[in-house]
Amino acid sequence: MKTNATDAALDSELAAAAEIAAISRKKREAQARRGRAWKHTFLIAASCVMLYPLFWLLSASVKPENEIFTTLSLWPSTFQFDNYSKGWNGLPLSFSVFYINSTIVTVLSVIGNLLSCSFAAYAFARLKFTGRSFFFSLMMLTLMIPYHVVLIPQYVEFLKLGWVNTYLPLIVPKFLASDGFFVFLMIQFFRQLPRELDEAAEIDGCSPFKIYWRIILPLSLPAMGTAAIFSFIWVWEDFLGPLIYLNDIKTFTVPLALRLFVDSQGESAFGQMFAMSVTSLVPVVIFFILFQKLIIRGIATTGMK
Amino acid sequence: MRRFFTRNAPGYLFLSPWLIGFFLLTLGPILASLYFSFTRYDMVSAPRWIGWDNYVYMFTRDRRFWKALNVTFSYVALAVPARLAMALCVAMLLDKGLRTIGLYRAIFYLPSLLGSSIAIAILWRQLFAGDGAVNAVLSFFGIQGPSWITDPQTSLYTLVVLAMWQFGSPMLIFLAGLRSIPRDLYEAAEIDGTSRWRQFTRITLPLLAPVIFFNLVLQTIEAFKTFSSAFIISHGNGAPADSLLFYTVYLFNEAFSFFRMGYASALAWVLLVIIATFTGIAFLSSKYWVHYENERD
Repeated sequence: MKTNATDAALDSELAAAAEIAAISRKKREAQARRGRAWKHTFLIAASCVMLYPLFWLLSASVKPENEIFTTLSLWPSTFQFDNYSKGWNGLPLSFSVFYINSTIVTVLSVIGNLLSCSFAAYAFARLKFTGRSFFFSLMMLTLMIPYHVVLIPQYVEFLKLGWVNTYLPLIVPKFLASDGFFVFLMIQFFRQLPRELDEAAEIDGCSPFKIYWRIILPLSLPAMGTAAIFSFIWVWEDFLGPLIYLNDIKTFTVPLALRLFVDSQGESAFGQMFAMSVTSLVPVVIFFILFQKLIIRGIATTGMK
Repeated sequence: MRRFFTRNAPGYLFLSPWLIGFFLLTLGPILASLYFSFTRYDMVSAPRWIGWDNYVYMFTRDRRFWKALNVTFSYVALAVPARLAMALCVAMLLDKGLRTIGLYRAIFYLPSLLGSSIAIAILWRQLFAGDGAVNAVLSFFGIQGPSWITDPQTSLYTLVVLAMWQFGSPMLIFLAGLRSIPRDLYEAAEIDGTSRWRQFTRITLPLLAPVIFFNLVLQTIEAFKTFSSAFIISHGNGAPADSLLFYTVYLFNEAFSFFRMGYASALAWVLLVIIATFTGIAFLSSKYWVHYENERD
């Protein structure tokens, strides 16, 4: 009898405990759900704030001139698409010229960066030679040096070579691995590849160049892709280099043309100016949408910009 | 000798583009710039040695130099902490318990890619103009905003806001750092009834210290070098009333508007010393507040 009573008491106690546990679990789940809802609300609001300037730019580029600064609405009363066609021809030369110029500079710079930086990275990461660690620390030091310190002597150098008003001062340095960031990124990647591959290939009589070309490069496509995308975007947006080296409007890249547009037409043709601004951002946005994963992984692993 | 050569040849061959670049585009120019900084040089006649005159003038008589330092330091002191704080807050929000993180991450990162372009600088100048979108939104709430860009009191803040808008890349680095903190630390703290704030100060911050340090150094150097947005927004000369006279803008004008190459080189060397000092302080101080995981065992 007595044992039965204690058993029953124990049972009810257990049941109560289970109930309490269930309630607290439910409570916690509800709390988590509420927490998530709050987070989403906040993040959506933050996203709107972050994207607002871009949407404002997009809407201003198709608004009639008198509406840009007078209405809060992002939706134009009439769509003025000829802002784009007028803006495209709003300078003495058509924007097609500037786009072609920018494309030439960018494509050649990307090729130069990929070749020269992967060369240097291969030497640092996989080859043994006297002075390697010394040069490696020098390379890391150059990452810190502000471009402005070398700017003036470089300008004097290139002026004496007669390279001002050509693309050579913008492109040739890229073929000399001047962007230490990419060397660093590739070193990090090359080091992860198994050494046995090189050793096996060496035993088979492969030259270092063959190992680089046939083994290291094909295995490093993600790193190459990240470097290519970033150098594309940075060169496309670069302003200081072209500003110094290009004075002739025929050689202008898109950022220089935009600046000229602001100075010559900006105050009278806002719609067109914004339309041209939008077109200058389009390649970057397309790249971002296509290669988002590579870009984001690239930053997380090397901490670029 | 021959063996020495065959052993080293491949390495130096692959390194040669970088080596040539290092000597011709970095080391040579740095030394040349040091030499120019002790000369008067206008690109027409040969540089003329004037000893310390450039530096003496800079520190004792050049008001614009001090103004430029003041503007740049204020910018760094405001923009870097603001950007890092934003980045850390958003990264922590994104870190736990959300499935749609990819979309948010992309939206928050996009401004960092576009932010340094001329198009955005042009946009910013109009957003913060007297009749711009920011004031339109403010007046909707009944607030009469100043003419942000043309008022010397407020113009610098528009650039700080532009910097805050681009918190994407430190955010991504923080996210990667947060991911590497073991989850069971938080679970243990939860069981012990530790408050969220204490979890943040006692677990998150110490374990994230190396990442914070990395971001701090990188962003500070980056902020000192700010050029194109300041150049466009200030019409290329630091206007209004030199309130946007960033150091790099001043340097550019001395060199390429007035062709005072010697003086501009001296300015460049002072910038190099400033950045080196900051990086040095960060590294020296890091041993007091940054502990790396693998040091302990």
